[in-house]
Amino acid sequence: MIIGLAHYLIVAAILFTLGIFGIFLNRKNVIIMLMSIELMLLAVNINFVAFSVYLNDLAGQVFAMFVLTVAAAEAAIGLAILVVYFRNRGTIAVEDINLMKG
Amino acid sequence: MILPALAFYVFACVTVASAVLVISSRNPVHSVLFLILAFFNAAGLFVLLGAEFLAMILVVVYVGAVAVLFLFVVMMLDINFTELRAGALQYLPVGALIGIILLAELVLIFAGWVTGPGVATAGVGGALAQPGGVTNTHALGALIYTRYGYAFQASGLILLVAMIGAIVLTLRARVGVRRQNIGVQIDRRRAETLEIVKQPVGAGVDIAGAASTTAVARLTSGRG
Repeated sequence: MIIGLAHYLIVAAILFTLGIFGIFLNRKNVIIMLMSIELMLLAVNINFVAFSVYLNDLAGQVFAMFVLTVAAAEAAIGLAILVVYFRNRGTIAVEDINLMKG
Repeated sequence: MILPALAFYVFACVTVASAVLVISSRNPVHSVLFLILAFFNAAGLFVLLGAEFLAMILVVVYVGAVAVLFLFVVMMLDINFTELRAGALQYLPVGALIGIILLAELVLIFAGWVTGPGVATAGVGGALAQPGGVTNTHALGALIYTRYGYAFQASGLILLVAMIGAIVLTLRARVGVRRQNIGVQIDRRRAETLEIVKQPVGAGVDIAGAASTTAVARLTSGRG
């Protein structure tokens, strides 16, 4: 019953896969896609912390903190873009965005 | 020994289950709430690992800021979510295929993970994860502000750029809204807004007259 490194890595792997699966499943709803990205980043963080503890090296936790920072910035910018897009188009269906094609 | 293992399985199962509900929930508000649950349980996993500071940061930053931001956006935008759900099943097979392949690969890698000889003893990044005597937060702080000082400053800069970017993106000047113009208000002089008219008794008032209309116009323009 000893919980080792592999247990945490498998939880993180499942979370990461669920994040990718969520992006495929909700191709229209950009809010759920952003949440799936957050799930993937959480899985990455679990990996970082698990390796940091099992290799007895604090640098992994420092890096996990930086990942958290970037994830927070990404969520803020992503939601701002989403709000602007909704204002312009009246929907958040992103399946066929081609505004940037010109 | 049994208690940490039990706690791990509870936290792990709830995290994975709420992650499933995040991506499969019909109502995005429920998705956000399950995301919060997933973050809470991941914080529990971090505590089990001994990374208390990151666990608290996860709760404060994610649950307190990011998830609430999601909640605000979901509730603020008037979106027909059932329309967005339509046709979601058409992507299910390819998504499931890719997901299963990826999961199999990851599990094959991680389940057979062996740390090479001489690696586990390390502390190559500058500090031990379980230092003797000081707490995790203390050790992390001692590392962040010294060895990773510049990276820490850079992450602060990233947050600043994100904040300014979000404000610039969502700021808009609406047309047709009357705003208070303080400069115009302060610039007003008595001579240009007020006019004293000698009005003979019993002659009546000419409202349409030039003097009074300009006065009224000036009075209103000071506000707009």
